[in-house]
Amino acid sequence: MTEETTPAFEELYRELEDAVRRLEAGDLPLAESLTLFEHSTALAEQCNRLLDEAELRVRQLTTRPDGGLDAEPFAGWQTE
Amino acid sequence: MPPASIYTVSQVTAYIKSLFAEDLLLADVWLSGEVSGFTQASSGHCYFTLKDGGAVLKAVIWRTQAARMVLPRNGDQVLAHGYISVYEQGGTYQLYVNHLEPAGVGRLWLEFERLKARLEAEGLFDEARKRPIPERPARVGVATSPTAAALRDILRTLAARFPLVDVILASTPVQGDAAPAGIVAALDALNRWSAEREPLDAIIVARGGGSIEELWAFNDERVARAIATSAVPVISGVGHETDFTIADFAADVRAPTPTAAAAVATPDARELVARVAGLATAARGGMTNRLAAARMGVENLTRRLTRLSPALRLAGDRQRVDDLSRRASLAMAHRLTSIRARLGGQRLQLSALDPARVLARGYAIVSKPDATVVSSTTQVAAGDPLRVRVADGAFDAQVV
Repeated sequence: MTEETTPAFEELYRELEDAVRRLEAGDLPLAESLTLFEHSTALAEQCNRLLDEAELRVRQLTTRPDGGLDAEPFAGWQTE
Repeated sequence: MPPASIYTVSQVTAYIKSLFAEDLLLADVWLSGEVSGFTQASSGHCYFTLKDGGAVLKAVIWRTQAARMVLPRNGDQVLAHGYISVYEQGGTYQLYVNHLEPAGVGRLWLEFERLKARLEAEGLFDEARKRPIPERPARVGVATSPTAAALRDILRTLAARFPLVDVILASTPVQGDAAPAGIVAALDALNRWSAEREPLDAIIVARGGGSIEELWAFNDERVARAIATSAVPVISGVGHETDFTIADFAADVRAPTPTAAAAVATPDARELVARVAGLATAARGGMTNRLAAARMGVENLTRRLTRLSPALRLAGDRQRVDDLSRRASLAMAHRLTSIRARLGGQRLQLSALDPARVLARGYAIVSKPDATVVSSTTQVAAGDPLRVRVADGAFDAQVV
Protein backbone atom coordinates (compact mmCIF):
# COMPACT_ATOMS: atom_id res chain seq x y z
CA MET A 1 0.00 0.00 0.00
CA THR A 2 1.38 3.37 -0.92
CA GLU A 3 1.24 6.70 0.81
CA GLU A 4 -1.42 8.05 -1.53
CA THR A 5 -3.96 5.28 -1.12
CA THR A 6 -3.69 4.86 2.64
CA PRO A 7 -5.38 8.10 3.68
CA ALA A 8 -7.77 7.70 0.76
CA PHE A 9 -9.71 5.00 2.54
CA GLU A 10 -11.28 7.43 4.97
CA GLU A 11 -12.29 9.74 2.11
CA LEU A 12 -13.70 6.85 0.09
CA TYR A 13 -15.59 5.53 3.08
CA ARG A 14 -17.07 8.91 3.97
CA GLU A 15 -17.98 9.52 0.34
CA LEU A 16 -19.68 6.13 0.24
CA GLU A 17 -21.62 6.88 3.43
CA ASP A 18 -22.66 10.23 2.01
CA ALA A 19 -23.70 8.74 -1.35
CA VAL A 20 -25.82 6.10 0.37
CA ARG A 21 -27.44 8.70 2.61
CA ARG A 22 -28.39 10.77 -0.43
CA LEU A 23 -29.61 7.72 -2.32
CA GLU A 24 -31.75 6.64 0.61
CA ALA A 25 -33.28 10.10 0.89
CA GLY A 26 -34.83 9.35 -2.51
CA ASP A 27 -35.35 12.97 -3.53
CA LEU A 28 -32.81 13.12 -6.36
CA PRO A 29 -33.66 13.15 -10.06
CA LEU A 30 -33.56 9.62 -11.45
CA ALA A 31 -30.56 10.18 -13.70
CA GLU A 32 -28.62 11.63 -10.78
CA SER A 33 -29.64 8.69 -8.59
CA LEU A 34 -28.36 6.26 -11.18
CA THR A 35 -25.03 8.05 -11.44
CA LEU A 36 -24.77 8.15 -7.66
CA PHE A 37 -25.62 4.46 -7.40
CA GLU A 38 -22.95 3.51 -9.90
CA HIS A 39 -20.52 5.73 -8.06
CA SER A 40 -21.30 4.17 -4.67
CA THR A 41 -20.90 0.66 -6.09
CA ALA A 42 -17.47 1.65 -7.39
CA LEU A 43 -16.63 3.24 -4.02
CA ALA A 44 -17.57 0.06 -2.14
CA GLU A 45 -15.35 -1.98 -4.47
CA GLN A 46 -12.47 0.43 -3.93
CA CYS A 47 -12.91 0.27 -0.16
CA ASN A 48 -12.87 -3.52 -0.23
CA ARG A 49 -9.85 -3.61 -2.49
CA LEU A 50 -7.94 -1.27 -0.17
CA LEU A 51 -8.80 -3.43 2.84
CA ASP A 52 -7.86 -6.62 1.01
CA GLU A 53 -4.57 -5.38 -0.32
CA ALA A 54 -3.33 -3.34 2.63
CA GLU A 55 -0.07 -4.19 4.35
CA LEU A 56 0.97 -2.48 7.54
CA ARG A 57 3.72 0.07 6.96
CA VAL A 58 5.90 0.92 9.93
CA ARG A 59 8.52 3.67 10.09
CA GLN A 60 10.76 4.68 12.95
CA LEU A 61 11.61 8.28 13.77
CA THR A 62 15.28 9.19 13.84
CA THR A 63 16.76 12.51 14.84
CA ARG A 64 19.29 14.22 12.55
CA PRO A 65 22.27 16.01 14.09
CA ASP A 66 20.49 19.31 13.39
CA GLY A 67 17.53 18.12 15.45
CA GLY A 68 15.29 17.46 12.43
CA LEU A 69 13.25 14.25 12.24
CA ASP A 70 13.31 11.48 9.66
CA ALA A 71 11.23 8.33 9.38
CA GLU A 72 13.02 5.16 8.33
CA PRO A 73 11.28 1.90 7.40
CA PHE A 74 11.08 -0.42 10.39
CA ALA A 75 10.63 -4.12 9.69
CA GLY A 76 12.11 -5.81 12.75
CA TRP A 77 8.75 -6.75 14.23
CA GLN A 78 7.76 -9.25 11.56
CA THR A 79 10.56 -11.75 12.23
CA GLU A 80 10.37 -13.78 15.36
CA MET B 1 -24.90 -37.02 80.18
CA PRO B 2 -22.06 -38.49 78.16
CA PRO B 3 -20.91 -36.36 75.26
CA ALA B 4 -21.99 -37.49 71.79
CA SER B 5 -18.41 -37.74 70.62
CA ILE B 6 -14.94 -37.04 71.91
CA TYR B 7 -12.15 -35.79 69.59
CA THR B 8 -8.45 -36.12 69.95
CA VAL B 9 -6.24 -33.01 69.92
CA SER B 10 -4.93 -34.09 66.52
CA GLN B 11 -8.43 -34.40 65.14
CA VAL B 12 -9.45 -30.93 66.30
CA THR B 13 -6.17 -29.44 65.13
CA ALA B 14 -6.59 -31.10 61.71
CA TYR B 15 -10.10 -29.66 61.60
CA ILE B 16 -8.83 -26.16 62.39
CA LYS B 17 -6.16 -26.55 59.75
CA SER B 18 -8.77 -27.51 57.18
CA LEU B 19 -10.73 -24.36 58.05
CA PHE B 20 -7.62 -22.26 57.34
CA ALA B 21 -7.05 -24.11 54.09
CA GLU B 22 -10.59 -23.36 52.89
CA ASP B 23 -10.27 -19.64 53.51
CA LEU B 24 -9.50 -17.71 50.32
CA LEU B 25 -7.96 -14.70 52.06
CA LEU B 26 -5.62 -16.79 54.17
CA ALA B 27 -4.57 -18.78 51.14
CA ASP B 28 -3.24 -15.71 49.32
CA VAL B 29 -2.51 -12.74 51.52
CA TRP B 30 -0.39 -9.61 51.42
CA LEU B 31 0.49 -8.00 54.73
CA SER B 32 2.79 -5.37 56.08
CA GLY B 33 4.53 -5.29 59.41
CA GLU B 34 7.79 -5.00 61.29
CA VAL B 35 10.22 -7.91 61.44
CA SER B 36 11.38 -9.12 64.88
CA GLY B 37 13.03 -12.20 66.34
CA PHE B 38 14.52 -13.12 62.99
CA THR B 39 16.62 -16.30 63.05
CA GLN B 40 17.89 -18.58 60.34
CA ALA B 41 18.26 -22.20 61.47
CA SER B 42 21.12 -24.40 60.34
CA SER B 43 18.58 -26.08 58.05
CA GLY B 44 18.34 -22.80 56.13
CA HIS B 45 14.71 -22.15 57.12
CA CYS B 46 14.02 -18.75 58.61
CA TYR B 47 11.73 -17.97 61.53
CA PHE B 48 10.56 -14.58 62.72
CA THR B 49 7.49 -12.65 63.76
CA LEU B 50 5.73 -9.82 62.02
CA LYS B 51 4.20 -7.26 64.29
CA ASP B 52 2.46 -3.97 64.35
CA GLY B 53 1.12 -1.92 67.23
CA GLY B 54 -1.62 -4.38 68.08
CA ALA B 55 -0.63 -7.94 67.21
CA VAL B 56 2.10 -10.37 66.25
CA LEU B 57 2.12 -13.13 63.67
CA LYS B 58 4.61 -15.98 63.43
CA ALA B 59 6.25 -16.32 60.04
CA VAL B 60 8.37 -18.90 58.24
CA ILE B 61 10.50 -18.70 55.12
CA TRP B 62 11.53 -22.10 53.76
CA ARG B 63 15.11 -22.55 52.73
CA THR B 64 14.33 -22.69 48.99
CA GLN B 65 12.43 -19.39 49.18
CA ALA B 66 15.02 -17.81 51.47
CA ALA B 67 17.76 -18.55 48.95
CA ARG B 68 15.97 -16.40 46.39
CA MET B 69 15.34 -13.30 48.45
CA VAL B 70 17.07 -10.53 50.32
CA LEU B 71 16.49 -11.54 53.94
CA PRO B 72 15.10 -8.94 56.31
CA ARG B 73 16.64 -7.77 59.52
CA ASN B 74 14.96 -7.12 62.82
CA GLY B 75 13.19 -3.80 62.81
CA ASP B 76 12.63 -3.73 59.00
CA GLN B 77 9.25 -2.67 57.73
CA VAL B 78 8.31 -5.26 55.11
CA LEU B 79 5.56 -6.22 52.73
CA ALA B 80 5.08 -9.99 52.86
CA HIS B 81 3.05 -12.36 50.71
CA GLY B 82 2.17 -15.98 51.40
CA TYR B 83 -0.48 -18.18 53.03
CA ILE B 84 -1.43 -18.67 56.66
CA SER B 85 -1.80 -22.18 57.99
CA VAL B 86 -1.64 -24.18 61.17
CA TYR B 87 1.59 -25.69 62.55
CA GLU B 88 0.13 -28.69 64.31
CA GLN B 89 3.12 -29.69 66.42
CA GLY B 90 3.47 -26.16 67.80
CA GLY B 91 -0.25 -25.58 68.18
CA THR B 92 0.17 -22.27 66.35
CA TYR B 93 -0.81 -20.68 63.12
CA GLN B 94 1.80 -18.90 61.00
CA LEU B 95 2.52 -17.11 57.76
CA TYR B 96 4.38 -19.15 55.15
CA VAL B 97 6.19 -16.42 53.24
CA ASN B 98 6.88 -16.78 49.52
CA HIS B 99 7.55 -13.13 48.73
CA LEU B 100 9.02 -10.41 50.87
CA GLU B 101 9.97 -6.88 49.94
CA PRO B 102 11.03 -3.81 51.81
CA ALA B 103 8.14 -1.51 52.54
CA GLY B 104 9.89 1.09 50.39
CA VAL B 105 7.50 -0.03 47.67
CA GLY B 106 4.82 1.10 50.04
CA ARG B 107 6.47 4.49 49.91
CA LEU B 108 6.24 4.33 46.11
CA TRP B 109 2.52 3.77 46.38
CA LEU B 110 2.24 6.64 48.77
CA GLU B 111 4.06 8.82 46.20
CA PHE B 112 1.73 7.50 43.53
CA GLU B 113 -1.35 8.43 45.52
CA ARG B 114 -0.01 11.89 46.32
CA LEU B 115 0.91 12.65 42.69
CA LYS B 116 -2.41 11.29 41.49
CA ALA B 117 -4.32 13.45 43.97
CA ARG B 118 -2.30 16.53 43.02
CA LEU B 119 -2.73 16.12 39.26
CA GLU B 120 -6.37 15.24 39.72
CA ALA B 121 -6.94 18.42 41.73
CA GLU B 122 -5.18 20.31 38.96
CA GLY B 123 -7.75 18.96 36.51
CA LEU B 124 -5.25 16.97 34.46
CA PHE B 125 -7.49 13.89 34.47
CA ASP B 126 -10.78 15.70 33.81
CA GLU B 127 -13.20 13.89 31.53
CA ALA B 128 -13.67 17.15 29.63
CA ARG B 129 -10.01 17.00 28.59
CA LYS B 130 -10.41 13.58 26.98
CA ARG B 131 -10.45 13.65 23.22
CA PRO B 132 -12.06 10.99 21.05
CA ILE B 133 -9.91 8.68 18.94
CA PRO B 134 -10.84 8.84 15.24
CA GLU B 135 -12.73 5.73 14.21
CA ARG B 136 -10.60 4.93 11.17
CA PRO B 137 -7.18 6.50 11.72
CA ALA B 138 -4.91 7.03 8.74
CA ARG B 139 -1.75 7.23 10.84
CA VAL B 140 -0.86 6.45 14.45
CA GLY B 141 2.28 7.04 16.46
CA VAL B 142 3.69 4.48 18.88
CA ALA B 143 5.97 5.44 21.74
CA THR B 144 7.64 2.37 23.25
CA SER B 145 10.82 0.34 23.26
CA PRO B 146 11.60 -1.03 19.77
CA THR B 147 12.90 -4.29 21.23
CA ALA B 148 10.03 -5.00 23.59
CA ALA B 149 7.35 -7.61 23.13
CA ALA B 150 4.82 -4.80 23.60
CA LEU B 151 5.74 -3.28 20.23
CA ARG B 152 5.41 -6.62 18.46
CA ASP B 153 2.01 -7.14 20.08
CA ILE B 154 0.88 -3.68 18.99
CA LEU B 155 2.11 -3.99 15.39
CA ARG B 156 0.67 -7.48 14.97
CA THR B 157 -2.65 -6.31 16.29
CA LEU B 158 -2.66 -3.29 13.97
CA ALA B 159 -1.68 -5.50 11.01
CA ALA B 160 -4.46 -7.95 11.82
CA ARG B 161 -7.18 -5.39 12.49
CA PHE B 162 -6.55 -2.46 10.19
CA PRO B 163 -3.42 -2.78 8.01
CA LEU B 164 -4.37 0.44 6.21
CA VAL B 165 -3.03 2.41 9.13
CA ASP B 166 0.39 3.97 8.78
CA VAL B 167 2.62 3.56 11.85
CA ILE B 168 5.25 6.00 13.09
CA LEU B 169 7.40 4.57 15.87
CA ALA B 170 9.27 6.75 18.36
CA SER B 171 11.57 4.55 20.36
CA THR B 172 12.26 5.13 24.04
CA PRO B 173 13.37 3.09 27.00
CA VAL B 174 10.31 2.17 29.04
CA GLN B 175 11.99 1.28 32.33
CA GLY B 176 14.90 2.59 34.32
CA ASP B 177 16.07 6.07 35.14
CA ALA B 178 16.18 7.24 31.51
CA ALA B 179 12.64 6.11 30.79
CA PRO B 180 10.60 9.15 31.92
CA ALA B 181 12.68 11.63 29.91
CA GLY B 182 12.75 9.18 26.99
CA ILE B 183 8.97 8.82 26.94
CA VAL B 184 8.57 12.60 27.12
CA ALA B 185 11.01 13.02 24.19
CA ALA B 186 9.23 10.35 22.15
CA LEU B 187 5.86 12.05 22.68
CA ASP B 188 7.42 15.36 21.71
CA ALA B 189 8.98 13.90 18.55
CA LEU B 190 5.67 12.34 17.50
CA ASN B 191 3.83 15.61 18.08
CA ARG B 192 6.42 17.46 16.03
CA TRP B 193 6.13 14.90 13.24
CA SER B 194 2.36 15.27 13.32
CA ALA B 195 2.50 19.06 13.21
CA GLU B 196 5.29 19.43 10.66
CA ARG B 197 5.28 16.34 8.43
CA GLU B 198 2.35 13.91 8.50
CA PRO B 199 -0.61 14.33 10.83
CA LEU B 200 -1.15 11.58 13.39
CA ASP B 201 -4.65 10.59 14.50
CA ALA B 202 -3.51 9.03 17.77
CA ILE B 203 -0.44 8.07 19.77
CA ILE B 204 -0.11 4.79 21.63
CA VAL B 205 2.14 4.90 24.72
CA ALA B 206 2.82 1.36 25.81
CA ARG B 207 4.81 -1.06 27.88
CA GLY B 208 4.29 -4.75 28.60
CA GLY B 209 3.66 -6.18 32.03
CA GLY B 210 6.26 -5.99 34.78
CA SER B 211 6.81 -5.30 38.44
CA ILE B 212 5.70 -2.09 40.06
CA GLU B 213 9.23 -0.72 39.81
CA GLU B 214 9.48 -1.66 36.13
CA LEU B 215 6.29 0.23 35.34
CA TRP B 216 7.29 3.19 37.49
CA ALA B 217 8.30 5.48 34.62
CA PHE B 218 4.59 5.67 33.77
CA ASN B 219 3.92 7.12 37.19
CA ASP B 220 6.31 9.99 36.55
CA GLU B 221 4.87 13.49 36.66
CA ARG B 222 6.78 14.59 33.53
CA VAL B 223 5.31 11.67 31.56
CA ALA B 224 1.81 12.42 32.83
CA ARG B 225 2.15 16.09 31.81
CA ALA B 226 3.58 15.22 28.38
CA ILE B 227 0.59 12.93 27.78
CA ALA B 228 -1.90 15.52 28.97
CA THR B 229 -0.44 18.29 26.80
CA SER B 230 0.06 16.16 23.67
CA ALA B 231 -1.73 17.79 20.71
CA VAL B 232 -2.44 14.31 19.36
CA PRO B 233 -4.84 12.16 21.45
CA VAL B 234 -2.98 9.56 23.51
CA ILE B 235 -3.95 5.94 24.21
CA SER B 236 -2.09 4.30 27.11
CA GLY B 237 -1.50 0.57 27.23
CA VAL B 238 0.75 -0.13 30.18
CA GLY B 239 1.30 -3.44 31.97
CA HIS B 240 -1.48 -5.91 32.63
CA GLU B 241 -5.22 -5.45 33.07
CA THR B 242 -4.89 -4.72 36.76
CA ASP B 243 -2.10 -2.16 36.54
CA PHE B 244 -3.16 1.46 36.73
CA THR B 245 -0.54 4.15 36.23
CA ILE B 246 -0.64 7.95 36.36
CA ALA B 247 -0.09 7.82 32.57
CA ASP B 248 -3.36 5.90 32.29
CA PHE B 249 -5.26 8.64 34.11
CA ALA B 250 -3.66 11.37 31.99
CA ALA B 251 -4.29 9.59 28.67
CA ASP B 252 -7.34 10.29 26.53
CA VAL B 253 -8.11 6.57 26.54
CA ARG B 254 -6.70 3.96 28.91
CA ALA B 255 -6.31 0.49 27.43
CA PRO B 256 -5.47 -2.38 29.80
CA THR B 257 -2.59 -3.77 27.70
CA PRO B 258 -0.49 -2.81 24.65
CA THR B 259 -2.54 -5.17 22.48
CA ALA B 260 -5.75 -3.60 23.74
CA ALA B 261 -4.32 -0.14 22.99
CA ALA B 262 -3.77 -1.16 19.37
CA ALA B 263 -7.35 -2.44 19.24
CA VAL B 264 -8.70 0.79 20.70
CA ALA B 265 -6.79 2.77 18.06
CA THR B 266 -8.23 0.94 15.06
CA PRO B 267 -11.44 -0.54 13.69
CA ASP B 268 -11.60 -4.22 12.82
CA ALA B 269 -11.17 -4.55 9.06
CA ARG B 270 -13.55 -7.53 8.98
CA GLU B 271 -16.22 -5.40 10.57
CA LEU B 272 -15.43 -2.63 8.10
CA VAL B 273 -15.80 -5.04 5.18
CA ALA B 274 -19.21 -5.95 6.57
CA ARG B 275 -20.10 -2.27 6.91
CA VAL B 276 -19.00 -1.52 3.36
CA ALA B 277 -21.14 -4.45 2.22
CA GLY B 278 -24.00 -3.02 4.27
CA LEU B 279 -23.55 0.36 2.62
CA ALA B 280 -23.49 -1.24 -0.84
CA THR B 281 -26.72 -3.06 0.01
CA ALA B 282 -28.25 0.17 1.26
CA ALA B 283 -27.21 1.88 -1.98
CA ARG B 284 -28.91 -0.89 -3.98
CA GLY B 285 -31.98 -0.59 -1.77
CA GLY B 286 -32.06 3.17 -2.23
CA MET B 287 -31.73 2.76 -5.98
CA THR B 288 -34.43 0.09 -6.11
CA ASN B 289 -36.77 2.34 -4.17
CA ARG B 290 -35.91 5.29 -6.36
CA LEU B 291 -36.63 3.22 -9.48
CA ALA B 292 -39.88 1.95 -8.03
CA ALA B 293 -40.89 5.51 -7.20
CA ALA B 294 -39.98 6.61 -10.71
CA ARG B 295 -41.93 3.73 -12.21
CA MET B 296 -44.95 4.59 -10.09
CA GLY B 297 -44.64 8.21 -11.18
CA VAL B 298 -44.54 7.14 -14.80
CA GLU B 299 -47.57 4.89 -14.35
CA ASN B 300 -49.44 7.67 -12.67
CA LEU B 301 -48.60 10.09 -15.48
CA THR B 302 -49.52 7.49 -18.07
CA ARG B 303 -52.91 7.13 -16.46
CA ARG B 304 -53.44 10.86 -16.43
CA LEU B 305 -52.17 11.12 -19.99
CA THR B 306 -54.54 8.43 -21.16
CA ARG B 307 -57.40 10.38 -19.71
CA LEU B 308 -56.29 13.44 -21.65
CA SER B 309 -55.46 11.54 -24.86
CA PRO B 310 -56.93 12.91 -28.22
CA ALA B 311 -57.67 9.31 -29.13
CA LEU B 312 -60.03 9.16 -26.23
CA ARG B 313 -61.54 12.49 -27.26
CA LEU B 314 -61.78 11.28 -30.83
CA ALA B 315 -63.51 8.19 -29.62
CA GLY B 316 -65.86 10.45 -27.70
CA ASP B 317 -66.38 12.65 -30.71
CA ARG B 318 -66.90 9.63 -32.87
CA GLN B 319 -69.49 8.41 -30.49
CA ARG B 320 -71.09 11.80 -30.38
CA VAL B 321 -71.14 11.85 -34.18
CA ASP B 322 -72.64 8.37 -34.24
CA ASP B 323 -75.15 9.49 -31.76
CA LEU B 324 -76.03 12.58 -33.73
CA SER B 325 -76.25 10.71 -37.00
CA ARG B 326 -78.42 8.11 -35.37
CA ARG B 327 -80.63 10.82 -34.02
CA ALA B 328 -80.59 12.52 -37.43
CA SER B 329 -81.57 9.43 -39.31
CA LEU B 330 -84.26 8.71 -36.74
CA ALA B 331 -85.59 12.18 -37.15
CA MET B 332 -85.38 11.86 -40.90
CA ALA B 333 -87.21 8.57 -40.86
CA HIS B 334 -89.76 10.05 -38.58
CA ARG B 335 -90.22 12.98 -40.87
CA LEU B 336 -90.43 10.81 -43.92
CA THR B 337 -93.09 8.73 -42.26
CA SER B 338 -95.10 11.73 -41.37
CA ILE B 339 -94.62 13.20 -44.83
CA ARG B 340 -95.60 9.91 -46.28
CA ALA B 341 -98.64 9.78 -44.08
CA ARG B 342 -99.55 13.30 -45.04
CA LEU B 343 -99.01 12.50 -48.68
CA GLY B 344 -101.29 9.48 -48.39
CA GLY B 345 -104.06 11.72 -46.99
CA GLN B 346 -103.54 14.27 -49.69
CA ARG B 347 -103.69 11.60 -52.33
CA LEU B 348 -107.07 10.56 -50.95
CA GLN B 349 -108.22 14.14 -51.02
CA LEU B 350 -106.85 14.53 -54.50
CA SER B 351 -108.62 11.50 -55.78
CA ALA B 352 -111.76 12.75 -54.12
CA LEU B 353 -111.33 15.91 -56.13
CA ASP B 354 -110.60 14.06 -59.38
CA PRO B 355 -113.36 15.25 -61.82
CA ALA B 356 -113.45 11.83 -63.44
CA ARG B 357 -114.37 10.29 -60.10
CA VAL B 358 -117.07 12.89 -59.62
CA LEU B 359 -118.41 12.24 -63.10
CA ALA B 360 -118.39 8.55 -62.36
CA ARG B 361 -120.70 9.15 -59.48
CA GLY B 362 -123.23 10.62 -61.98
CA TYR B 363 -122.32 14.25 -61.96
CA ALA B 364 -121.82 16.15 -65.22
CA ILE B 365 -119.74 19.13 -66.14
CA VAL B 366 -121.61 21.66 -68.20
CA SER B 367 -119.60 24.07 -70.25
CA LYS B 368 -120.33 26.73 -72.78
CA PRO B 369 -118.92 26.49 -76.36
CA ASP B 370 -116.05 28.75 -75.18
CA ALA B 371 -115.27 26.04 -72.56
CA THR B 372 -116.38 28.13 -69.62
CA VAL B 373 -117.75 25.84 -66.99
CA VAL B 374 -121.28 26.71 -66.09
CA SER B 375 -121.67 26.86 -62.37
CA SER B 376 -124.47 29.42 -62.11
CA THR B 377 -127.86 29.97 -63.80
CA THR B 378 -126.83 33.51 -64.49
CA GLN B 379 -124.31 32.33 -67.03
CA VAL B 380 -126.86 30.98 -69.50
CA ALA B 381 -130.00 32.02 -71.33
CA ALA B 382 -132.63 30.00 -73.21
CA GLY B 383 -131.40 28.65 -76.44
CA ASP B 384 -127.74 28.72 -75.49
CA PRO B 385 -125.90 25.67 -76.74
CA LEU B 386 -124.13 23.75 -73.99
CA ARG B 387 -121.72 20.87 -73.83
CA VAL B 388 -122.29 18.26 -71.17
CA ARG B 389 -119.52 15.99 -70.05
CA VAL B 390 -120.33 12.75 -68.27
CA ALA B 391 -118.16 9.85 -67.12
CA ASP B 392 -117.88 8.04 -70.42
CA GLY B 393 -118.15 10.92 -72.86
CA ALA B 394 -119.90 14.14 -73.79
CA PHE B 395 -122.95 15.33 -75.68
CA ASP B 396 -124.41 18.63 -76.72
CA ALA B 397 -127.54 20.13 -75.25
CA GLN B 398 -129.57 23.37 -75.40
CA VAL B 399 -130.99 25.54 -72.65
CA VAL B 400 -134.81 25.62 -72.81
